[in-house]
Amino acid sequence: MLVEAGHFALTLALGLSLIQFVVPLWGARANDPVLMSVGPVTGMAVFTCISFAFLALTIAYVTSDFSVMNVVENSHSAKPLIYKLSGVWGNHEGSMLLWILILALFGAVVALAKNSIPQRLQANTLAVQAAITIAFLLFILITSNPFTRVIPAPAEGQDLNPLLQDPGLAIHPPLLYIGYVGFSISFAFAIAALIDGRIDAVWARIVRPWTLGAWAFLTLGIAMGSYWAYYELGWGGWWFWDPVENASLMPWLAGTALLHSTVVMEKRDALKVWTVLLAILTFSLSLLGTFLVRSGVLTSVHSFAVDPERGSFILGILIFFIGGSLALFAWRAPMLKQGGLFAPVSREGALVLNNLFLATACATVLIGTLYPLALEVLTGEKISVGAPFFNFTFLPLIVPLLLLLPLGQTLAWKRGNFLGTAQRLYAVFGLSLLAAMAMFAFEYGGPAAAPLGIGLGVYLVLGSLNEIVTRSWSRGTPLAVAWRKAANLPRSTWGTVLAHAGVGLTVIGIAATAWGVEGLATLKLGERLKAGDYEARLERVIPRVEANYREDVAVFTILRQGQVLGTLESMKRLYVTRGMPTTEAGIMTVGLGQVYVSLGEVEADGSVGVRLYHKPLVLLIWIGALVMALGGGVSLTDRRLRIGAPARAKVSPAAPVPAE
Amino acid sequence: MVIWIILLLMTAAAVMAVLWPLSRHRALAAQQVDPDTQFYREQISEIERDRERGVLLPSEAEAAKAEAGRRLLRATGATAADAFAAVGEPALRRRRAASTLALSVIPIIALALYGAYGSPHLLTHPPEQQAQASGDKMDLMAAVSQIEAHLAQNPQDGRGWEVVAPVYIRMGRIDDAVKAYESAVRYLGASADRLANYGEVMVLAKDGLVSSEAQKVFEQAVQLNKASPKARYYLAVAAEQDGQIEKAKQAYGELLSSSPEGAPWGDVVRQRLASLGGEQPVAGQEDAPQIGAADIARMVSGLAERLETQGGSPEEWARLIRSYAVLGQRDKAVAAAERARQALAQNDAGLKTIDAMARELKLTDAAP
Repeated sequence: MLVEAGHFALTLALGLSLIQFVVPLWGARANDPVLMSVGPVTGMAVFTCISFAFLALTIAYVTSDFSVMNVVENSHSAKPLIYKLSGVWGNHEGSMLLWILILALFGAVVALAKNSIPQRLQANTLAVQAAITIAFLLFILITSNPFTRVIPAPAEGQDLNPLLQDPGLAIHPPLLYIGYVGFSISFAFAIAALIDGRIDAVWARIVRPWTLGAWAFLTLGIAMGSYWAYYELGWGGWWFWDPVENASLMPWLAGTALLHSTVVMEKRDALKVWTVLLAILTFSLSLLGTFLVRSGVLTSVHSFAVDPERGSFILGILIFFIGGSLALFAWRAPMLKQGGLFAPVSREGALVLNNLFLATACATVLIGTLYPLALEVLTGEKISVGAPFFNFTFLPLIVPLLLLLPLGQTLAWKRGNFLGTAQRLYAVFGLSLLAAMAMFAFEYGGPAAAPLGIGLGVYLVLGSLNEIVTRSWSRGTPLAVAWRKAANLPRSTWGTVLAHAGVGLTVIGIAATAWGVEGLATLKLGERLKAGDYEARLERVIPRVEANYREDVAVFTILRQGQVLGTLESMKRLYVTRGMPTTEAGIMTVGLGQVYVSLGEVEADGSVGVRLYHKPLVLLIWIGALVMALGGGVSLTDRRLRIGAPARAKVSPAAPVPAE
Repeated sequence: MVIWIILLLMTAAAVMAVLWPLSRHRALAAQQVDPDTQFYREQISEIERDRERGVLLPSEAEAAKAEAGRRLLRATGATAADAFAAVGEPALRRRRAASTLALSVIPIIALALYGAYGSPHLLTHPPEQQAQASGDKMDLMAAVSQIEAHLAQNPQDGRGWEVVAPVYIRMGRIDDAVKAYESAVRYLGASADRLANYGEVMVLAKDGLVSSEAQKVFEQAVQLNKASPKARYYLAVAAEQDGQIEKAKQAYGELLSSSPEGAPWGDVVRQRLASLGGEQPVAGQEDAPQIGAADIARMVSGLAERLETQGGSPEEWARLIRSYAVLGQRDKAVAAAERARQALAQNDAGLKTIDAMARELKLTDAAP
């Protein structure tokens, strides 16, 4: 009964979304505040309905209600509770429901923020938001209904794909979707501005927290997905340039560009048209990502052709929103008022350069992802565009961008002094070069690019922190005073510094992978496998039986140069219901590096195929991403984002410490 | 019934959510403020509050207020041109139109889509009640899931697999049955009967086609026990399907001659043989050459078992009755009609279907 009520709530949400689309838009045209005030209320109502539907499905999962097809296909009564919950979005139908739940949640937040958004903009934004909701609700109800019933109900479900029974994947999709869908708000604001023909710094200020939040969550989501692939797939790789990964990287690149261009717009009232275009493109890429992942076009173009209903529905949505918004853009953008001029060498100039590099890098990834698909459709030939393509195209675009990053951060607005800026970074250049040389000397004979990469990373971290130092410390200032000044710097400055330093940390982590070593052997009990300084000794192999899987656990002792560091367990599992094996890598963290053991076949005589890796500094890749997202979060807490105080030219030393 | 009231209330709440803001026009009209300028005014007072709380430095607050003030001026200039329209006749008409839209669109969309894609028939017959109505089915289901749980923990229990396999066949879970027999063979070792059963379920999974894998399994079974009738029968069927009619005829013949008098498979083999020899062709044989009478009989008995233990729709009962009648088992057809009437006692439409079927097959006169 609850399931049916949930299903009904979903159809009600569709009706309400139609009202939310038509009435506020009409109100904004007719300048009628009463009609416009329908927008926020329906936004809340749509959110209530979709939450109820989601709750109904969740309860069906938790109570293992096998009269619901979706539960049968993706759950099992013996599954631990957390995977019953994550099973709700561990499948196509449920994940689309989560997608739309987050969409409605953001709509509700926009609806509640009535004091910080002008009413016309809010009404138009909610209408655009409703249009997206309508499209995806129709998609769910018609092609991907999570509430389809099976009567009589089977006694047991078919279990969730074992690869997804993992805490990492329990939280990865929600994070990623908050990111994807968050960009829909920036998109809705952009379209609303185009409809109204009015756009200014206020718009930028309202949009920036949304973009920032979406970007931070997308960063976390991508990092989480990458870490999951690292420890669950058992190859020890952390990024495969897989189309699914690219699908999340593209909106991230475009979103990063959008984040920076909104800053220019907010501060200098410039780059308006470009910012609106970026907002449209970012969400378009999010939609493209949804299409690639959800239509099945990736598994094979052939399977898409056999069951094209879902794919062509999303393709329709894709064409409607991307085509429609770009057409609207072409029509209205020339009418937007231009503002703010700036010299080429200035903070704005640097940010434009940043945007160009990011947009080009994004286009590269897009080509690398879509070209194989297009080729398969046209000629039937299957090619795979892997790491070599991206190394040759993506890296040359990103490295100069990273080199320019600390420079741009230090340049002044409007008109900057390149030499002066470069001078301020002398110390940083020197230290980074030193770090690179030290690394080179230390690891002499290692890959040549790695020390340079480390140097680049150090340069990024120091260059970012340099901003704090130059703004709070000059020769002779006591440390306590400098510290207080640094603490008083605006939160958005700290956010910028953290995010940029995070990029540096990730770069260091990536560069250090060049020093990773691996060993591969079939071990009998007591035998050892060596990789660099590290050794793994196979102690025993024990079978273990859990609620929904069996596993062979291999216990290893890890030694470094003969000294015992500890033991770790690596597993090979068989999930009984699906008859599907998985490997669980054993990981030991040593400093910022990791020792990684993954199992191959367990032979009848008790010998085990073992892969041993040592990956120095590998954790920095994800720590960097966490720091980036943290930077976004810190920047979000800046009060000035909401009320828009212009930046002070300089901090007066007599400024009192704010007291609550 | 309760559920319909709940759905109705949900719809009403959704419509009210739209009508409510539309009814607040008096309050809004009384304010007579332009929302855009209102926005900047509130922003200025918010900056003031922040300054008092010490979140903003005074210099920052001044700059922010100045900027908001400039925007306020600009906004006032922009909206003064187009008059603000919350009152008057056109506004009233717009509100009425919007209300009508909400009153019609929301219920129509919700009911239409729910009717098309939902399962409203489950509302009147909730699955929980259906489950209670057929307690046997629940027992069987529970037993199966118990065995399954046991096997998940002890997958090497070949006996368990062998027990659960025929149950799977009856439940129509043929693929699971294949896996179960495969495990039984693996853990209990090969015996002629076990292999023959394993092969048979492989054939069922392929809708009656004896695949080469299945053929190998039957050959193994015959190696273990030359007499195994089931394996020999299916090997003959395989030969028939391969187009080796003479070989098939010979195999059927040998099977018949070596079978004891009155063996249960005798009739099936004789029919098969007859169909090959061109004598006494069995009805329907040309249409579906790869499905033998044995398979039909098995399917019918499978359907009967399922309806008996789990219940089913009137159409399924009708199909069973017709199948018996077509197979010439009139007594069984009558009995099935009787069982169907019992099972569907509360279902008037269902009873009519059964009665119509019984009349059509002229079963009613013979009923005692």
